[in-house]
Amino acid sequence: MLMDTILFYLFAALVLGGGILTITRRNAVHSAIFLILSLLGVAGLYLLQSAEFLFAVQIVLYVGGIMVLFLFVIMLVNLDQAAKEKQFNRQWTVALACAGLVGAEIFYFLAKGAGAFQLAKGTAEANTGMGNTERLADALFSQYLLPFEIASLLLLVAVVGSVVMAKKRI
Amino acid sequence: MNAVPLSWYLTLSGVLFTLGAAGFLFRRNIITVFMSIELMLNAVNLSFISFSYAFRRVDGQIFTFFVMVVAAAEAAVGLAIILTVFKNRNTLNIDDLNSMKDEYQPAQPEEASETAPVSVP
Repeated sequence: MLMDTILFYLFAALVLGGGILTITRRNAVHSAIFLILSLLGVAGLYLLQSAEFLFAVQIVLYVGGIMVLFLFVIMLVNLDQAAKEKQFNRQWTVALACAGLVGAEIFYFLAKGAGAFQLAKGTAEANTGMGNTERLADALFSQYLLPFEIASLLLLVAVVGSVVMAKKRI
Repeated sequence: MNAVPLSWYLTLSGVLFTLGAAGFLFRRNIITVFMSIELMLNAVNLSFISFSYAFRRVDGQIFTFFVMVVAAAEAAVGLAIILTVFKNRNTLNIDDLNSMKDEYQPAQPEEASETAPVSVP
């Protein structure tokens, strides 16, 4: 019980510290490294909520795939000039108002909806005797089969599109 | 059983989403703007997982899975767009990237190689 709370605070500090440093660092490589830290914190929170499969997917796909792609692109473009410029744009007052509005809206509805959820008692794992990955696969390949196939089509389109865009002459 | 209530996770998710939105609106570097989008997607994923755990249903995790697939596709296409834009315009500043046509040139190609002028408004 206490261990869960301590781990939650640890991962939440990782997530929020990484997020704040991601959006404030001048160097884009540092931003990417702190974003990786934040994503690892989110992965830890998944594990804390017994989503073991998505914990692995988060680390393999985000940290191992997407962030490596980010770092490759950062190294391909010239960032010396971008690091010397002003980091925040001219409309920062409007941006601050908009971000504050988004945050106020989220927390207003969170406070408004407190206690509105009928939470389940007991664990589903105990009822079915299946692990997290097994239940996920069961739902993914039966109930959500059509979205799964559409997702594969989306990935194919994305691969073809990025190759077409990155080539110099087609 | 988890001792941490659902509301803590939702609050964390809200703070993370607000951070992502702030980074998206504040920053001028297009790569950092892109990373802020990833932060927002992760905040939404976290709240999906929290609801999935609180309701003891697996559907939230399925949705998180699909969000991750869309994020991967979006990162691949978006980073290809960033590379193409950088090749054509030679800048990553989103204040200079306000036209989809290739009419605005911040730096001439022959002098861009040596002393690229820093375009300060």
